[in-house]
Amino acid sequence: MSKSIRFTPRMGLIAVVVAMALGGTAQATDITGAGSSFVYPVISKWSASYAEKTGNHVNYQSIGSGGGIAQIKAGTVDFGASDMPLDEATLDKFGLGQFPDVIGGIVPAFNVSGVAAGKMVLDGPTLARIYLGEITKWNDPAIAALNKGLKLPDAKITVVHRSDGSGTTFNFSDYLSKVSATWKSKVGEGTAVKWPVGIGGKGNEGVSAYIKQIPNSIGYVEYAYALQNHIGYAVMKNAAGKVVEPKTASFQAAAATADWAHAKNFNLLMTNAPGAEAWPITATSWVIMYKQPKNEANSKVALDFFKWAYANGQPQAKALDYVPLPAPLVKQIEGYWKAEFKL
Amino acid sequence: MQANPIDTRQPSTEHRSRADTRHDALFRRLLKGCALLVLAALLGAALSTLWGGREVLFGQGLHFLTSSAWDPVNDDYGAWAPVFGTLVTSLIALILAVPTSFGIALFLTEIAPAWLRSPVATAIELLASIPSIIYGMWGLFVFVPFMSRIEPTLSDTLGRIPLIGKLFQGPPLGLGLLTAGIVLAVMILPFICSVMREVFRTVPTRLKESSYALGSTTWEVVWDIVLPYTRSAVIGGIFLGLGRALGETMAVTFVLGNSYDITSSLLMPGTTISSAIANEFNEAVGVHRSALIALGFLLFVVTFVVLLIARLMLRQLARKEGR
Repeated sequence: MSKSIRFTPRMGLIAVVVAMALGGTAQATDITGAGSSFVYPVISKWSASYAEKTGNHVNYQSIGSGGGIAQIKAGTVDFGASDMPLDEATLDKFGLGQFPDVIGGIVPAFNVSGVAAGKMVLDGPTLARIYLGEITKWNDPAIAALNKGLKLPDAKITVVHRSDGSGTTFNFSDYLSKVSATWKSKVGEGTAVKWPVGIGGKGNEGVSAYIKQIPNSIGYVEYAYALQNHIGYAVMKNAAGKVVEPKTASFQAAAATADWAHAKNFNLLMTNAPGAEAWPITATSWVIMYKQPKNEANSKVALDFFKWAYANGQPQAKALDYVPLPAPLVKQIEGYWKAEFKL
Repeated sequence: MQANPIDTRQPSTEHRSRADTRHDALFRRLLKGCALLVLAALLGAALSTLWGGREVLFGQGLHFLTSSAWDPVNDDYGAWAPVFGTLVTSLIALILAVPTSFGIALFLTEIAPAWLRSPVATAIELLASIPSIIYGMWGLFVFVPFMSRIEPTLSDTLGRIPLIGKLFQGPPLGLGLLTAGIVLAVMILPFICSVMREVFRTVPTRLKESSYALGSTTWEVVWDIVLPYTRSAVIGGIFLGLGRALGETMAVTFVLGNSYDITSSLLMPGTTISSAIANEFNEAVGVHRSALIALGFLLFVVTFVVLLIARLMLRQLARKEGR
């Protein structure tokens, strides 16, 4: 921001033009991005506000992470967005860099009559055993031990998962892999996996609808969907052994306590984060860009867009139930830009 | 045109007919081009799915066709579960939709009073124009809860019958093969029904009147006169509906439960070829993508085989009728 303070009085430019100057262009620029559907709602909101401020348009196509990675590799877009980070070898091979954009929480959601939202406690190993089909009844001793005093029905659990490939599934299965050796060896992690049990709903809305309609079901959805659909969500015992609620603070705690400092290229999943207040299934998505892009001007605008979003995009993100990145992480990302991007 | 003798006595006519011949040839070529375009598009689509799926089709070969595993993490793919789901849901749809369409079409052509015919016919044609996503939404939010209420009754009644009882036992989830089949039946009904109604109307009145005059009941007229007269067109209509059922995607995805299982119960979830592709294509890379494209190729094969059977049946019928 120091730059704008220096320029504004001397040139006598209005704020809009200053913001453009920051972006490195004199005219409105159209940049394009593509990828993850997880970030689509918030990027399109940001894009509208950013266009009002700067005149630069960010066109984002929600084509899926796989598509986003393919498009940025081919250089047909200015940035890609993926729910899965790329490994170092791939990044180096193509000369790409990546950084997180926004945080979201994934919650186990259930439909058990008589149990209200936030009243059921689950932990990772129990959740993994439910999804492995080892725990089949709600009154199983493992669930009962976590929920003393809660009346659990002697009913069969119907497991619901995503039928479409998704970043939500990737983070959820990654979490289960971290907390259960059986899950890791039998199923593993991916945007789509071989589910041992259960039925598949299409999208967060499909899973929410199934949970609402099928008594004694359990599923996992993005936090916003559990809130909007008024379905019961569970609280989780995290890696530190503390029971935490899904909310902005616990999602941010996961982002803050995850070991970003030692994660090269931010190649780190926030699941099972160590912090005492950290929500265990917290996810982000990564923006992927060329470090030495063919179209420098556009990439500069793209970086400026994310810089603006980190600083000013919080209200829009919160309105959509996303969580902005914590300040130290933003600082680290800006350092990464300076060090890695030749712009 | 060439077959017609050309009047050579009048030069102006000769000039005219030469121009006509030229235009005719041009027109023929244009039409041929249109037809070839369809063939080229079909062949192109089949070959490109074959090419896109080569990694799995040729890499895993028979395993891909016979295995029911679907494990994107370890890149182990088998198409049997989606193929099974596709065939079962389409079969349920046909079993339900064909008699119903037949009934509606008969009612509209033989029994209904004239003032009722055209509104009902229009209503059925409107059903055909509802987009499949709407059927999916209706299925998910209205029909699935309804099915989950009646499924316990199904299990207690039909589920008790020996042999077919197994088909109706299972948890009352509301979604699954049966629900998907019923939604599909509603979707293909207008297609089959429209075709049947159109061809039933082509039966000459004097044939029917003669039969009535000989003392036939309405049912006898329908079964012995109308149906034999229109049999091949009716079967064509049924296969038109079947073709749509095999390829239907969105509506099925919403109510099928999307799990790669092969079960003996119709109340259990399953998956179909097209819904598997629609679900996973977005996020699929590498071998996973190849497996999904290979599934697309399989859908071509399945549809082709089904249509082939239809052709053979029609030919058989034609031979029996001595045509």
